[in-house]
Amino acid sequence: MITRTVTIVNRAGMHTRPAAALVKLAARFQAEFTIMKDGFEINGKSIIGVMTLAAEQGSTLDLRFDGPDEERAAAEVVALFERGFDEA
Amino acid sequence: MTMDTVHDLGNEITIKGIAAAPGIVFGPAYVYSRQAVRAQMKPILPSEIDSEIERLQAAVARSEKELQKIIAYAAEKLDEEHTKILEAQIMILGDAILMGAVERRIRAELTNAEFIVFDEISKYKRVMLSAADEYMHERAHDVDDVMNRIIRNIQDQKLVSRLEGEAIIVTETLSPADTVIFSRNRILGYATDTGGATSHAAILSRSLKIPAVVGLRSATKHVRAGDPIAMDGYSGLFIIRPSEETLETLRRKAERFREFEERLVAISTLNAETPDHRHLELSANIEFAEELEFAKAQGAAGIGLFRTESQLIGRNAYPPEEELFETYRTIADAIFPHSVIVRVFDVGGDKLAPGSFQENNPFLGWRGIRVLLDHPELFLTQLRAILRSSTRKNVRIMFPMVSTVEEIRAARAFVRQAMDELVARREAFDAGIKIGIMVETPAAVLSADRMATEVDFFSIGTNDLTQYIMAVDRDNTAVASLYQQFNPAVLRAIRMTIDAAHAHRKWVGMCGEMAGDPLATMLLLGMGLDEFSVIPSVLPEIKKIIRSVKYKDARKIADRVMLLADEHAIREMLAAVLRNQLPELPLES
Repeated sequence: MITRTVTIVNRAGMHTRPAAALVKLAARFQAEFTIMKDGFEINGKSIIGVMTLAAEQGSTLDLRFDGPDEERAAAEVVALFERGFDEA
Repeated sequence: MTMDTVHDLGNEITIKGIAAAPGIVFGPAYVYSRQAVRAQMKPILPSEIDSEIERLQAAVARSEKELQKIIAYAAEKLDEEHTKILEAQIMILGDAILMGAVERRIRAELTNAEFIVFDEISKYKRVMLSAADEYMHERAHDVDDVMNRIIRNIQDQKLVSRLEGEAIIVTETLSPADTVIFSRNRILGYATDTGGATSHAAILSRSLKIPAVVGLRSATKHVRAGDPIAMDGYSGLFIIRPSEETLETLRRKAERFREFEERLVAISTLNAETPDHRHLELSANIEFAEELEFAKAQGAAGIGLFRTESQLIGRNAYPPEEELFETYRTIADAIFPHSVIVRVFDVGGDKLAPGSFQENNPFLGWRGIRVLLDHPELFLTQLRAILRSSTRKNVRIMFPMVSTVEEIRAARAFVRQAMDELVARREAFDAGIKIGIMVETPAAVLSADRMATEVDFFSIGTNDLTQYIMAVDRDNTAVASLYQQFNPAVLRAIRMTIDAAHAHRKWVGMCGEMAGDPLATMLLLGMGLDEFSVIPSVLPEIKKIIRSVKYKDARKIADRVMLLADEHAIREMLAAVLRNQLPELPLES
């Protein structure tokens, strides 16, 4: 199991498009992917779950990866956050 | 007729409504409620789990198809943000975590799929609504949309599967789409609490030949699922738990009508021509391409009114030109060598931009050609589609709700622009396409002589015309008795319109309900009407009347009728003439 902390850097925050991109990426890995924020735990492979995250620019999220390919999953997911979901 | 609306004779309850589509039927009631996107919790048996989950999966697949279709239509018309929202909804449908949880709960809790979908998705919705920002509230709305879509699809499937037997649908209200969905099953008849004889669902059920009684007000309150029902679509009677005596009377009546209708079918291949050789155009009003086959079988010599509103209403985006074109071409090809008159979208402004705009008086408001002239892009798209379907020169264009000559000129300018655009695209069309208007406002009647010089034809829309002349909303039961199609004022308006058209050598038809009323046939014939466009089910009957009366006699009848001062006397005289001319016609009095 690996945990990481990320910050939302894109201006629009975690809206629908980034949520979709995140879920699509997470689905490529076997590892379970959980997002924790303000005491909530959300399955990062569920679009409807990720959509409930009110995460504006500057907010931080804790991520947990658990599974055989957790290393690669963590690296790619964190990279997506750091790139601001390829948005401005 | 004065009669209590509800008549309770011991076990038998008779409710009087409005006869909307003819026919007498007997069968069990199927009570259908549309306001049902509320998912009630219902237990299921362990043996039902698998079929419940299959239905869920089918409903999810169906929902996805619907959304894909909307996106495909929307590609050019929707902004990117809106498309993204729809794509997110599709992703929710494919959310394996969510659907896995729903399936597990159906198994574990032995509860119906729609309730679990409602309960599970509501959890997420509540989280979104508890957030402070507006953006999350909007997303909650999207989640709500997708939830309702799934639930509706689950319920529709249950509905259709439960409807395998024959039944009479009893419901508060029926949309044209419901009417079509049900008609694919074995439906004996429709009975609704609301609606009038001219509501679209009523028109459609007549066209599909499914007996219907509407405006029953309280039918859904008195009836229980499975109650035996006898329904008389000629007189508008809905009878719950009919006695043996009632059944016998209705059976005899049904037999009488059936014999007459069988004789009528025989004349469907003959011309609509009077014995003294005045030839009439007898064509059909339709709204869906599905009605074409029946209209042709009934002997329609053309489509005098193709209503296009259903191509527009109830969808998230403007219909693409290709889709409109395909529909018009299908109809034009099927009806060739006869013609089809395509009436451009006749909707109220509220239908185009729901919620954005409220009118105190929509009947005097933004509707028909008024809306289209304000939506050039939509109007031009439809005109291009109609023009492209006209290459066999059997398509005509008609503008609704015209009240000024300027509107005709402005609409014709759009036709020219659409033609120019097609020329630039090197597409073929009929450059001499005939253009006409609906005459359905008093303004159009009173200036019919001016308008006749601007168009190729008129088609009289008696439903709206009667409303506007009598200043009566036909759906307002408090004043519905003033909705008099045979009032001398209405008949004078019709005569003025016909005379004005003929003075300018233009032909004039009628596509309102009156054209299909046997009582009016001789009168309209005598006034010189050139075309009758009617619902397909009454075509043979109207043709039979036309073939039975000489034009010179019909003219005398019209002259006599025009001397009378009130609707009652006019109806009496017409009924007497009709009985005399065609004693075998089983008239409703």
